[in-house]
Amino acid sequence: MADSRINLAAATRQGEAIEVRISIRHAMETGYRTDDGGKPVARNVIRNFACRYNGVPVFAVRMSSGIAANPYLRFFVTARESGTLDFEWVDDAGARGMAQAAVKVV
Amino acid sequence: MTRPLSRRPISRRRLLQGAGAWAIASPMFAGISAAATQEMPAIPALVSFLAGRSPRWERLRLELPSLADNGQAVPMRLTLSGPFASGSAPQSIHLFSEVNPVPEMAVFEFPVTPPKVEIDSRIRLAGSQHVVAVAVMSDGALFAAVSEVIVTIAACLDGS
Repeated sequence: MADSRINLAAATRQGEAIEVRISIRHAMETGYRTDDGGKPVARNVIRNFACRYNGVPVFAVRMSSGIAANPYLRFFVTARESGTLDFEWVDDAGARGMAQAAVKVV
Repeated sequence: MTRPLSRRPISRRRLLQGAGAWAIASPMFAGISAAATQEMPAIPALVSFLAGRSPRWERLRLELPSLADNGQAVPMRLTLSGPFASGSAPQSIHLFSEVNPVPEMAVFEFPVTPPKVEIDSRIRLAGSQHVVAVAVMSDGALFAAVSEVIVTIAACLDGS
């Protein structure tokens, strides 16, 4: 499904904050819009977004149509050890998205 | 016979000094009282979420532009100032809209205590309104912040 773009610092010192920026391509259909034929477009927004750091949940967002199309998030995670950040999200249609980013802790 | 004046008449200079001091002081008092007794916008979803609890208007900041040209994507920043005691870590921040058809806009959750709480995102606003953020701490403490936005082009009304 949707692809995403992730932005992380190349390396972070242990114990410091990792700035995580992610932008996901998703229309975030509100359900209040009509198509060119005047038919209502069904609601389809990303419901849940979660971020895990080496398997441990560190951040999550429950979203609604109140989040703009192509959701963008910036948040902070404490640098523990080198590994991966896993991002996962699911929308109203049940479609799942996944992304991964390598974390380097020095 | 005219009685001598018991009081010294107020000179023009004294009057202007007094007026100047009052003009400086009054907005300061207004600012203090606004911070202490911020009025919670009447959002039914927020009222039921709070369930009688009254959050404190401190530590949490909700930054939104005062004027948003396009309600489809309004940049937002949430900041919760620390330090966080081990018994009072941030658990979640709930975002409520006054006008949107879906008043519960988003919930940001912290399964582990983050190094700092600073979240950026972009939100949809269906018109000029107040947006309220409520932070829930692990000891049950609540902190709130409100921001007023004027939206020139509302989301949802745009039929494109």
